[in-house]
Amino acid sequence: MIDFKFWKKSSKTDKKDNKDKEYAFLSAVISIVVGLLVAIMLLFLLELVAPNSDFSKPILGIKKYFTYSFTSTSTFFKIFYNAAPLMLTGLAVGFAFKAGLFNIGATGQYAFGAFFALVAAILWQFPWWAALLVSIVAGAIWGVIPGLFKAFFNINEVITSIMLNWAGLYLANLLFYNLPAMHTVLPNRTDNLAFANPSAILPNFGLNQLLNTSYINIGIIIAIVVAVIIYIVLEKTVFGYEIKACGANRNASLFAGIKTKSTIIFTMLISGGLAGLAGGIVYLAGTVEFTVESHLLAMGFNGIPVALLAYSQPLAIIATSIFIGFLESSGSGLQGLYSYEMTSVILSVIIYFSAFALIVGHFIKKILKRRKNSKNDQDNETSSDLGIVPEAKPRDDEQIDQKEVVE
Amino acid sequence: MENYIIEMNNIRKEFPGVVANDDITLKLQKGEIHALLGENGAGKSTLMSILFGLYTPDKGEIKKNGEVVNIKNPNDANDLGIGMVHQHFKLVEVFTVLENIILGAEPTNLGFLTTKETRKKVIELSEKFNLRVDIDAKIEDISVGMQQRVEILKMLYRENEILIFDEPTAVLTPQEIEELMKIMRVLIKEGKSILFISHKLNEIMSVSDRVTVLRKGKGIGTVNVKDTNINQLSEMMVGRKIEGIEKGKNKASNEVILKVENLVVPSKIHKNNAVNDISFEVKAGEILCIAGIEGNGQSELVYGLTGLEKITSGKVTLLDKDITNKSIRERNLTGLSHIPEDRHKFGLVLDFKLKYNLTLKKYFQEGFQNHGFINEEMIKKHSERLIKEYDIRSGRGANTIARSMSGGNQQKAIIAREIDCESKLLVAVQPTRGLDVGAIENIHKTLVLERDKGKGVLLISLELEEVLDISDRILVMYNGKIVAELDPDQTTFQEIGLYMVGAKIQDKFKATEVPAND
Ligand SMILES: Nc1ncnc2c1ncn2[C@@H]1O[C@H](COP(=O)(O)OP(=O)(O)OP(=O)(O)O)[C@@H](O)[C@H]1O
Ligand SMILES: [Mg+2]
Repeated sequence: MIDFKFWKKSSKTDKKDNKDKEYAFLSAVISIVVGLLVAIMLLFLLELVAPNSDFSKPILGIKKYFTYSFTSTSTFFKIFYNAAPLMLTGLAVGFAFKAGLFNIGATGQYAFGAFFALVAAILWQFPWWAALLVSIVAGAIWGVIPGLFKAFFNINEVITSIMLNWAGLYLANLLFYNLPAMHTVLPNRTDNLAFANPSAILPNFGLNQLLNTSYINIGIIIAIVVAVIIYIVLEKTVFGYEIKACGANRNASLFAGIKTKSTIIFTMLISGGLAGLAGGIVYLAGTVEFTVESHLLAMGFNGIPVALLAYSQPLAIIATSIFIGFLESSGSGLQGLYSYEMTSVILSVIIYFSAFALIVGHFIKKILKRRKNSKNDQDNETSSDLGIVPEAKPRDDEQIDQKEVVE
Repeated sequence: MENYIIEMNNIRKEFPGVVANDDITLKLQKGEIHALLGENGAGKSTLMSILFGLYTPDKGEIKKNGEVVNIKNPNDANDLGIGMVHQHFKLVEVFTVLENIILGAEPTNLGFLTTKETRKKVIELSEKFNLRVDIDAKIEDISVGMQQRVEILKMLYRENEILIFDEPTAVLTPQEIEELMKIMRVLIKEGKSILFISHKLNEIMSVSDRVTVLRKGKGIGTVNVKDTNINQLSEMMVGRKIEGIEKGKNKASNEVILKVENLVVPSKIHKNNAVNDISFEVKAGEILCIAGIEGNGQSELVYGLTGLEKITSGKVTLLDKDITNKSIRERNLTGLSHIPEDRHKFGLVLDFKLKYNLTLKKYFQEGFQNHGFINEEMIKKHSERLIKEYDIRSGRGANTIARSMSGGNQQKAIIAREIDCESKLLVAVQPTRGLDVGAIENIHKTLVLERDKGKGVLLISLELEEVLDISDRILVMYNGKIVAELDPDQTTFQEIGLYMVGAKIQDKFKATEVPAND
């Protein structure tokens, strides 16, 4: 029988654990505020250099930006429509982080998953759930390749997955051209699912008509359920324990008898599957079609800031992805005032400055702690168990000390 | 009035759950070697880290030459001429010796490194103080002893005059320790002042002038080494008398626990084999010790046995089961426990809580997990028992992050975990490294107790005293081969020493060289 006690918080929660969580939450919020402020400053700056400055324009822009999502059911539900795939790519990246792996290949796995979901839907006439499963398998296959290279030849997963990003995208394009049955209407675009296979469109239980929006479907529910499952896997299961041990010290894990190679492979398999599922959810919504792309899809990369802002914690990823989904949805509010490109720039500024502020904040905190080390600030391991890009930050106090002497 | 170069007055430092330093006063005279003695977790490293600017004290003042100074970070310490060699070295593994020495004080001309003069300066320093280093070798390729000399050169290069050594001898071979003692004496002659942490009382007696003793965060007192003796010091330190251990009778039976046949393990550093055709047996109820100078293949032998490294050829049998090609987990479950040489690399997941480290070899067993789910309750209960039984001291008990624990207590945690596995074979590599005398006594007692329970213990130690004290049988390893089998009751330091440096080989081991193995 399954022991359901794992739901209960074991023992009294630790004071310091809570402090860590508070700290993580606060720094994420502050980082986001910093990102927003930078974007607003940018808008004013633009006005300053424009030929006929009109400072009411950025103010109006900000106002529109923050209210737009709440002007109609369509714009409101678009938040969640955007958040679902972000959540899944964020989980893909965050899950791999926990094992000490940087899955920068989520975008390739996403493209692969998306394409095969459509192959399943259009060519094989699969129902939506089966097509989603196909997208998971496709993403997992594309994700496990860097995992295999890492495990057996110790080749850095960042390098292999960057290469596979392009390989994945172009392989999808190639297959697209060689499968004319997928694009009978337009040469560069898959057929609309509404005609090609309505049963492959994600169900919305009639809420579409009721709320008068095409942006509502089961995708967000699936994503949240997956996030909770990933949380349970990481925090409550033996497999999660092994993943975290591998991420924190691969040698000690090996020593303890953990099969570190297979842990790496399984982690990448799951990570890829999550990214693939994200692709499936987007393209089975029936709102967009797959087109031949010559650029890597941004969705996979946006998973990185989602995971970063959430400190790779699955439950926090639910929140950060909805937040970034909101930012994306609100971008349309600037239409008319700013060009489409400008809107993308603003969005990227917010996302990336938030992530940037978070990382900088981390270093400042570490350094402050060394300097000051005031009475209530001695937890020198806060950042280590957060699981941000392991390679990108000094993992040992040692390196930090090294740095300090350097100055 | 005496002339103090450094005064640390009434220092207090609290960590969550522990007062690491409680009103400690330490005065360092110019030109003396001042030892700092205390049990594991007594607060020695903390006190020295405060002097080096890594921590700020909650209370107390630091004076240099009678003037109050404010040391906020290691740079301030460096400006005041204070340098430190840490308990766990802080070198950049992939940099060369020279690069490590100048790191942070790089001499530049128009932004370009000017290494020529520096190189000269470093070579001069190393000759002056007799610190042999391989200036262009990468840190990862040189021995621990040489790494330490690099750390010392780093301080000298920065012209530090107050040198802190945090347990410098814990990782050294007896020969290297001798050498370090000499170096320290030379440093003093050159006008440096030294603070020296060690658990080894004979070292303290032989090299230092005065010694300050800490116990559980409190200063117990400072004494002149001339006026004291080892017994008094150990009593001051642990608050009770230390008896030597009674090894008792060798209870070796005929049951063979571990059988190693013609084992060959390749070396990572040179082309030859690190372990070259070794065969031996560990019987139930004996402590078999492999003695030897560091780097003669002992580490590789252990890695080969435990599965951490691939072997070239040979056969390993554990409890009549051929484990030569088995996974590490299978070996462990067959009955192998291993206290590793490198506690940070293999022994602990430093960023995990203590309780997860204590269950690193148990978490997958029924009870610790149910249907793939970790049973937190069980993990907590189990680790709390070990913490109590093995007296593992830390700020927040089972929930302490391993990284924040004192070096000795980290070691105790590993030992607790490994012994608790109830394996028939216990491979212990330098198990008492970095432990205080009280703890060493406990470990030795535990090893003897495990032996008396009928287990086989394979002890790899560089310390002859330990070897002679607790082993039932000694094998000496030299250059990847076994050169002697000795009875600890019949042999002497001198005799083992001769075998260790390769000056002698017992006849029965000479024979094994003839038949060529393929
Ligand atoms: N950064 C830290 N955070 C929390 N607790 C700490 C930290 N550093 C040390 N401690 C605690 O302070 C106490 C003193 O530790 P310290 O490292 O100074 O001991 P030590 O005397 O050097 O022992 P050892 O001989 O084992 O190295 C220990 O209980 C340790 O757990
Ligand atoms: Mg210490």
